[in-house]
Amino acid sequence: MKLIFEKGKEGRGCEMLPESDVPVTAPSEKFLRKKELRLPQVSETEISRHYTQLMKRTFGVNNGFYPLGSCTMKYNPKVNDDMAKLPGFTEVHPLQPESTVQGCLEVLKKTEEALCEVTGMDAIDFQPAAGAHGEFAGLKLIWAYHQDRKDVKRTKIIVPDSAHGTNPASAAMAGFSVINIPSTKEGYVDLEELRKVVGEDTAGFMLTNPNTIGMFDENILEITRIVHEAGGLNYYDGANLNAIMGIARPGDMGFDVVHLNLHKTFSTPHGGGGPGSGPVGCKEQLIKYLPTPRIINKDGSLTFDSKSEVSIGRVKAFYGNFLVVVRALTYILTLGAEGLRKASENAVINANYMLHLLKDTFDIPFPGPCMHEFVISLEELKKEKGVSALDFAKTMLDYGNHPPTMYFPLIVHEALMVEPTETESIETLKEVAEIYKQIYDRAQKEPEALHLSPVTTVVGRPDEVAAARNPILRYQFK
Amino acid sequence: MKEIFFTKTHEWVRFLTDTTARIGISDYAQDQLGDLVFVNLPEVGDEVTAGDEFADVESVKAVSNVYSPVTGTVRAVNEDLLDHPELINEDAYDAWFIEVEDIVDRAELLTQEEYDAMNA
Repeated sequence: MKLIFEKGKEGRGCEMLPESDVPVTAPSEKFLRKKELRLPQVSETEISRHYTQLMKRTFGVNNGFYPLGSCTMKYNPKVNDDMAKLPGFTEVHPLQPESTVQGCLEVLKKTEEALCEVTGMDAIDFQPAAGAHGEFAGLKLIWAYHQDRKDVKRTKIIVPDSAHGTNPASAAMAGFSVINIPSTKEGYVDLEELRKVVGEDTAGFMLTNPNTIGMFDENILEITRIVHEAGGLNYYDGANLNAIMGIARPGDMGFDVVHLNLHKTFSTPHGGGGPGSGPVGCKEQLIKYLPTPRIINKDGSLTFDSKSEVSIGRVKAFYGNFLVVVRALTYILTLGAEGLRKASENAVINANYMLHLLKDTFDIPFPGPCMHEFVISLEELKKEKGVSALDFAKTMLDYGNHPPTMYFPLIVHEALMVEPTETESIETLKEVAEIYKQIYDRAQKEPEALHLSPVTTVVGRPDEVAAARNPILRYQFK
Repeated sequence: MKEIFFTKTHEWVRFLTDTTARIGISDYAQDQLGDLVFVNLPEVGDEVTAGDEFADVESVKAVSNVYSPVTGTVRAVNEDLLDHPELINEDAYDAWFIEVEDIVDRAELLTQEEYDAMNA
């Protein structure tokens, strides 16, 4: 397929922009380009066909089963998009007077209230643009809390090895040093190890719960107690909240800070690079450190407030990815409290049902019952037949299925991490489990064939090593 | 060739003298990681501590920390690896990461036999 730069012809184009209806002001000479911008010169027909072709080559949750573990690729109801398209939300300017955007502010306020109820937090801030950004903001709150108390020796964040990989990375980005602790063989945080490493230098503890092997830590209350007694704060990575909505709340389990991934749990499109939304929530004693501006009620109307002097400051321009919040609020209001709980229950039941269908064929190192996802290990298959998790995943493409997450979590070798989500039907789960078993059977009989798959897709196996070692990051103009 | 020892976290160490050694990652480790695409190394003069990370390696699958088998000071760094991380995949025992001097402490080390038994 040709790139858009390789299409069209010199001088061709289309006029898509309307006439300017305000006076034109030319920027100062020194800011002007010396050379023409090298934009593609294509007609509207060519543009339309180009993107339609690209669209046909992509795979999304609207195309089929997409059990990408840890990513919660649930179906996104179209009504969410309908709401996000309303002109009152799209045709506003971020600097417009507050009195003229009360509806937008109300969306943020209402969503904050709903998410506080779901998480047991006292405040939520929508600035962070995605999950890891939310982690960064949350960790900065912990940093600010200790600094403000002049407890400056607290520089260490404890992270179990079953956490999301972003946890230690975010802690390092926020200026902490990271202590890794191993899991027990059941997949829980090792309490003995935790007791050993907490102390006067502990700033906080980050728990991904349910963790990356799909387990809810049964010692969670003991864990948060140990950390609090040592003077640290507890951080809840809420990326896997899809398993616990309406059932358990981080705020009731001793957590002080939480981030959520609206684009996962609250059903907004993701997987193509965003936009995401990773709001950060906290308990009362940390509210003053949240990014500003905060939205407050004043004399019966909503207004921005930037008074806190100990705030960590802005983490993004304006108010976060607002239209993602509109979609999330639509989802929350459509489902209601009961519906959210049902969504989580079904996510957990679907994962357990699929685990049950697969457990006699596959090695499942942490056999459950699981929460919203589970992990298969193909270590034996690789040893015996030379078929790796990568080969297995590539073969799934030939069956019209998106593969699960592979090679994660790191504590399981040749891992395939399956998260079916609540929006898949029992028929789909059965059908897919059959396909997985068929591929397993083929791996036994004709392992060589699996090294060559996929054979039905437009692109076979891209050279990932060459792409990482010698990336070509921009179009090479002739 | 000097005798080679291993850590439980899959690094190898070869002592040149009692207080100097070369360090790398094991053949088992490179095989598990797959094709390596980036390596981050410390600088000459940096202190390394037994059991603490001193480098990281990135494969198409994941980024992994590399832990030091000894406590000491970095005397030399194998800069070839920065441009050619594939050298580690080709011969893990030739592709040393760092050379350490003034070694004052060691992590728990395994012999080749013990290490092979652990991975069996």
